[in-house]
Amino acid sequence: MNESLLRELVPAVIGVLVRRGADFAAAEDAVQDALVEAVRVWPEDPPRDPKGWLVTVAWRKFLDAARADVSRRHREARVEDEPAPGPAGAVDDTLQLYFLCAHPSLTPASAVALTLRAVGGLTTRQIAQAYLVPEATMAQRISRAKRTVSGVRLDRPGDVATVLRVLYLVFNEGYSGDVDLAAEAIRLTRRLAARIDHEEVAGLLALMLLHHARRPARTGPDGRLVPLAEQDRGLWDTRLIAEGVEVLQAALGRDRLGEFQAQAAVAALHADAPTAEETDWVQIVEWYDELVRLTGSPVARLNRAVAVGEADGPRAGLAALAGLDPALPRHTAVTAYLHERDGDLATAARLYAEAARTAPSLPERDHLTRQAARLNARLRD
Amino acid sequence: MAKYLLLKHYRGAPAAVNDVPMDQWTPEEVSAHLQYMQDFATRLEGTGEFVDGKALSPEGTFVRYDGEGRPPVTDGPFAETKDLIAGWMVIDVETYERALELAGELSAAPGAGGKPIHEWLEVRPFMVEPPTVTE
Repeated sequence: MNESLLRELVPAVIGVLVRRGADFAAAEDAVQDALVEAVRVWPEDPPRDPKGWLVTVAWRKFLDAARADVSRRHREARVEDEPAPGPAGAVDDTLQLYFLCAHPSLTPASAVALTLRAVGGLTTRQIAQAYLVPEATMAQRISRAKRTVSGVRLDRPGDVATVLRVLYLVFNEGYSGDVDLAAEAIRLTRRLAARIDHEEVAGLLALMLLHHARRPARTGPDGRLVPLAEQDRGLWDTRLIAEGVEVLQAALGRDRLGEFQAQAAVAALHADAPTAEETDWVQIVEWYDELVRLTGSPVARLNRAVAVGEADGPRAGLAALAGLDPALPRHTAVTAYLHERDGDLATAARLYAEAARTAPSLPERDHLTRQAARLNARLRD
Repeated sequence: MAKYLLLKHYRGAPAAVNDVPMDQWTPEEVSAHLQYMQDFATRLEGTGEFVDGKALSPEGTFVRYDGEGRPPVTDGPFAETKDLIAGWMVIDVETYERALELAGELSAAPGAGGKPIHEWLEVRPFMVEPPTVTE
């Protein structure tokens, strides 16, 4: 049985139940139960119409649950009296679920968990494993999220930016469990892009594809972080790069620039360079100028300083750091790098060691420690 | 979300406000304290913030490698060791401020006289996964 095919159907089946009168939380639970049954039954007895099968079983699960819940007696009577559902109409159930699960009333972590379950069709256990928390904790997080959005009507489109933030979080802050969250984020963004014609959805998809293309080169066989300049570009996935560039060009052609398109443009310029030395840093600086203009983000300004250091020399890069809060994550590491490029190895070694002490992740800490060790060894010679 | 370790020390932390050894409490006060800890963990499970919690025996042994073909050397326990960990709780929360808030609540567990212990808990962030998008 194809699990991804099964998962594709989840949001649409939830939508059918909701239109039949089930509230979102109960519909979502019923579809999860139906999924579990599908995994058990389908390998022996595959249905001819998988979606029809899921709707039938999920609806039965929903009615069973409603009957079992004494306090819901009245609602059950009302639901069963309702006429059979009419044609699906113009409402795209799946699209509405994207908006509901990213609703601004939810915290980012709740929105992520709910999106992975109701839109992505992952089980609570899979999501819990992905984020390294107990299943009971994740189950509570999801049911609280469902309560939070219980009063939200499914028939109004929301702000696409909220959905994009959630998908970006799944992609960028995922953990490395059994579930490939980066691949899952790409799958969900692809499906969103197929449903909604929006240049920033395309921009985010391009950004994900271009970064995912580098994944095989990003870590060494021992798990160590390989910086962009040292990556074996032969390991980059050229098919993903080609797709990312194509999606990005179509988006940029609409002349409505946004932050994800600008970030994707930077990634595309890196992807386009056959070697690190051939990187078009001048153009990259221009895209960071756009990104700073669009977001005002200090992180964008920090990354811009790195690009300026490559385009105009390390002194210019250090000057571009002026005015940024030194407590900004990775500020010290960037400063160390620019000092090394400027030939001040002693300062660079000291700053690399300092950056290692405050690194937020182990691979970064180990990388920065090696940089400090490398420079200290040269200084001793 | 970010994971934090709430670390409880037998020794090594500054003295608590209500600093009476547990064996000097009444049995009811001991029960009330344990119940508070249990309820706290259950409540965090309910808010989707609980990851793990364990207590450690105070008896520890130091161990080190002693060369090829030789058994490891052990030493201790040392009664005078300055820092001694009693147990921990791991939480997964939205912000650092939330981690501090929860540590504050855990520190309010009742002790002697049924009054909050006000013990010092250490809050340590976990290392995270490196982000994918770095430039």
